[in-house]
Amino acid sequence: MPVKVMIPSPLRPYAGKRDSAEFVARTVGEALGHLTTEFADLRKHLFTEDGKLRSFVNVYVNDEDIRYLAKENTPTKDGDTISIIPSIAGGVRT
Amino acid sequence: MAEATALWISGHLAEKIRAHGAETYPHECCGALLGRDSNAVLESDRGRDTLTPAREILQLFPLVNRRDDSPRNRFSVTAEDVLTAEKAARAQGLEVVGWYHSHPDHPARPSEYDRDHAWPWYSYIIVSVRNGAPQDMTSWRLNDDRAEFSAEGIEIRHQAAV
Repeated sequence: MPVKVMIPSPLRPYAGKRDSAEFVARTVGEALGHLTTEFADLRKHLFTEDGKLRSFVNVYVNDEDIRYLAKENTPTKDGDTISIIPSIAGGVRT
Repeated sequence: MAEATALWISGHLAEKIRAHGAETYPHECCGALLGRDSNAVLESDRGRDTLTPAREILQLFPLVNRRDDSPRNRFSVTAEDVLTAEKAARAQGLEVVGWYHSHPDHPARPSEYDRDHAWPWYSYIIVSVRNGAPQDMTSWRLNDDRAEFSAEGIEIRHQAAV
C-alpha cells in the first residue's frame, strides 16, 4: 500500500484538479519527488529554484510537521498520509 | 498573457474588510475569504467565446496577525490558522478561496514580498489604510509562472450571484 499525498486547493489546478495522489515512497522527499515528476507544473510552487521547500509550504506526515522530524528525509510507511498545508504571508515592506 | 478574473463581494463584506484594516492600524490586518468559484456568466461576457472566471466571496474569517515582531509591514497566517479557516469554510459548504490583508500607509498594490510568498489560485485582497482611514481596495491573483500578480476586477454586489 502506497502513501497518499493530499494536495491543497491552490495547487489542484496544476495536478489535474486532483485532491490527492498515491505513490510508493520510503521518505517524504521521495513522495514529493514523484508528485512533482507526475505534475511538473507543481514544482515551482513547492520548491525554490535551488530545490528547497518554500518557507510557506508546510508538510505533515499524518499529524506531524516534518520540520520537527527529519524534514524531507522523514521516513514514510505504507498507508501514511502526507499533507501539504499552506501558510500565508505578505506585507508592505519589500 | 494572464487570464483576467473577477471577484464578487457584497458591500457589507467589503466594508468589514476595510473596518478590520482601520481597527488594526498601524498594524496589518489579515483574514480568509470564504466563497466559491462561480459558473455564472458576466454581463460583459455575453456573446463572447471566452468567459471571465469569477468567484464570489460569501463570508470572511478574520484572523490574528501572527507577526508580532513587525506587524506594521508584515502579516502571517500559520498552517494551523489555515486549517481552522478551511474547517469553518467547509461547515458552511464553502471553501477558502483567498486572503485579505491591509497595507498601512502604503498603496493597495502587492509588494515583492507579497509576490514571493503568494500561492497561485487564491485571491489576495489588499486594502490601503492611510492615517487610520481605509482607502483603495484591490484584488490580485498570482500568475502561473510566479513572475507577477494580475489584477482581479472587484465587483460589489448587493446579493450573491447564482
